Amino acid sequence: MAVALAVRGVAKSFGPDEVLSGIDLDAESAAIMTLLGPSGCGKTTLLRIVAGLETADRGSVEVGGVTVAGPGVHVPTERRRVGMVFQNGALFPHLSVAHNVGYGLPRGERKQSRRIDEMLELVGLAGLGDRMPDTLSGGQAQRVALARALAPGPAVLLMDEPFSNLDAVLRSRLRREVDEAVRAAGVTTVLVTHDRQEAFALSDRVAVVRDGRIVQVGTPRDLYVHPVDDDVAAFVGEVGGRLTPDGPLLRPEDLAVSTVADECGEDRVGGTVTRAEFAGADAFLEVRLDSGASVTVRVAGGDVPAATGDRVFVARRQRQRD
Amino acid sequence: MKPASLAAPRSATVAAVGATALAVVPLVYLSMQIGDAGWGRVSEILFRSAMARLALRSLGLAVIVGTLAGLVGTTTAWLVERSDLPASTAWHVVVVMPLAVPSYVAAYAWVSWWPQVASFWGAVAVLAFSTVPIIHLYVAAIFRGLDSTQEEVARSLGKGPREVFLRLTLPQARRGVAAGMLLASLYVLADFGAPAIMRVPVFTWAILGAYRAGFDPSRAAVLAGALVVLSTVFVLLEGVVRGRSTEASVGAAVVRPATKVTLGRWRWVATAGLGVLAAVSVAFPVMSYLYWWSQGGNEVELAEFLGALGTTLLLGLVVAITTVALAVPLAWLVARFGTRVGLGAERAIMLAHSLPGIVVALSFVYVGVRVLRPIYQHWPLVVLALVALTLSLAVGGLRAAFEQQPQSLTDVGRACGRSRARVFAQVTLPAVLPTIAATAAVIALTTAKELPSLLLLRPAGTDTLSTRLWVWAGVSDHASVAPYALTLIAFSVFPALVAAQVGRGSVDRREVV
Repeated sequence: MAVALAVRGVAKSFGPDEVLSGIDLDAESAAIMTLLGPSGCGKTTLLRIVAGLETADRGSVEVGGVTVAGPGVHVPTERRRVGMVFQNGALFPHLSVAHNVGYGLPRGERKQSRRIDEMLELVGLAGLGDRMPDTLSGGQAQRVALARALAPGPAVLLMDEPFSNLDAVLRSRLRREVDEAVRAAGVTTVLVTHDRQEAFALSDRVAVVRDGRIVQVGTPRDLYVHPVDDDVAAFVGEVGGRLTPDGPLLRPEDLAVSTVADECGEDRVGGTVTRAEFAGADAFLEVRLDSGASVTVRVAGGDVPAATGDRVFVARRQRQRD
Repeated sequence: MKPASLAAPRSATVAAVGATALAVVPLVYLSMQIGDAGWGRVSEILFRSAMARLALRSLGLAVIVGTLAGLVGTTTAWLVERSDLPASTAWHVVVVMPLAVPSYVAAYAWVSWWPQVASFWGAVAVLAFSTVPIIHLYVAAIFRGLDSTQEEVARSLGKGPREVFLRLTLPQARRGVAAGMLLASLYVLADFGAPAIMRVPVFTWAILGAYRAGFDPSRAAVLAGALVVLSTVFVLLEGVVRGRSTEASVGAAVVRPATKVTLGRWRWVATAGLGVLAAVSVAFPVMSYLYWWSQGGNEVELAEFLGALGTTLLLGLVVAITTVALAVPLAWLVARFGTRVGLGAERAIMLAHSLPGIVVALSFVYVGVRVLRPIYQHWPLVVLALVALTLSLAVGGLRAAFEQQPQSLTDVGRACGRSRARVFAQVTLPAVLPTIAATAAVIALTTAKELPSLLLLRPAGTDTLSTRLWVWAGVSDHASVAPYALTLIAFSVFPALVAAQVGRGSVDRREVV
């Protein structure tokens, strides 16, 4: 794989607080890499160091094979060829949409509007070039911000929580549009988010950031199926529990429940349903096992096999592939 | 119709009407006075070459000072807000401090050393130094309000820091800077003391002269009317220029502070420049008056000084209490109910605010002569005029304080079974008490340096600090002027600090005081 962005041993402290402690990260060319973590974990700081808006205390950053930050090196932001999209769009309020998009183009290209039109078309806003930013909806503003960042052909596109100011419906639609636009442009993208669904839906690979460290990197499915520890497991999805004290941590859909002992496998465990929660497509059964531990089992919402107080058997469900 | 318990209380409406009357009625009497003169007399006064020279001189002074202060004030605002200037918070306060030196006090400090400074350009210099803080506060607030992520995006799109400032930051601040310049010009147009000390015949001074001359009562009124028209032009221009310059950023503003531009070696040049600014506009007058005071020996009459001080303090106190008493119900009315009466009153007060003090004072002379004979040339009329001048200072801040208070607070109080009056007294009012106290203090202290209205309206044979200073300045008795000047400067330090702090946002409250 070709590496478009390489971060090596980057550390950063604000006063006594160490925000990043030795980050290593490779972002593959023309793929979307997401930094996923709770707020305050340092992911935004890492993004700002990559952009050159902050300086690292230690470590180095390479963009397209060129060291832009490292011992004795600090290439200013304007010469790093990074595109940026912020949470609030940050459109220049005194410039029209077309002028916003053309802002980063060389003078000559800015005049002839081909590139600008191309970009507006890419984000699905063809024909809106003459509008002013304050006449745009939140979703439109974010797409203009994306077009503006992509127009000069950046080596890396950096997006900091670009969807978090939007409502849920708009968010999922914009997510799809951004995904298409970014892939059509073939640009290496680093996305920062605290929303795991966003990370899963968009990313080729996800890096989970916790307390200034990257605790796991992998495809969305890797993270979900093989989390390195319980914390990552809980952060990237629902947790069902353990059937035996030293058994693996299982997801609610990895568990099967039945009132009939024979329908379960050999490793079945007996228990009592303590709570049944209906959630539409799914339902969740909370079962207290005979060992005293509790597990949560996901069943189809239309076909709940047991009610609170019922005696049941719980077993591990086999996956198609692993 | 709303139930009585939800409608605005009548007492507040009465206060609003009273405040409106105070702001508007004097103007009515001014127009009546002009009307009495008749068109023939008015045009005879207006359309003369002397009048044209007067207008040109006033306008020229206002525009030149506004431009100079605009350049300097924008630079200081940029240095304090957007560069890595060492001790920028302290410099912010220092740059605002000239507000503590009344313009005529500063002007007299210059003239006391070099009488030949008294000229048009002398007035330009003094007033430019005095108005830098106005621009600085205005523009610094704009720089602080700009969304810093915009600049970061621009940097990521290949623009250097210089280009970002010139092509992105400055264009967005441009309207604000222009509006600030117009405000400074308006201030110059209204200023009486400094041009008078500098012997520059501008409108304000000419109005006092015409009034003093006495034999032609309509001449002062016509001049005042012309000044009102000029001021209004500036107010309207300011509104147009400011326009939609609220720098609306799309989406939520980001709290991350802006990246500071590295000054490098220039930081010492900048520090030296700010030092010179502070030395000329604050240290120079203070040192001068200390020097003159030390030269005076025992000639200063202590009894006379204490008498003027007592009068000033008492007057300030009465004006502050009256103003706050009118402004509190009005501000509450506007913040909570937004009734037509309340909003109308607020607008009238803001209109009165844009009027030069001498015009308001002259209008009250006419009110006194025509309808309030019993209190004409007595203190109550002086108080009314000063309240009209200071109401605008109080209403804006108090309104904001009331608006910050969540409606749910009073709702909870009502739900606990208290009457509205009791909730107001027990919940609403205590919460804004600090603002009320600060407002009252600022008004009392600002009243102390007021000059033209006291010259016009004060009862014969009595003096405040400012009028006494004026008398001694008139005979060039530097040593006698000094204690009055120093006291007025000391009085004005607190209002200046408040202005610096308000401009800076409440975050830095502790750093400033």
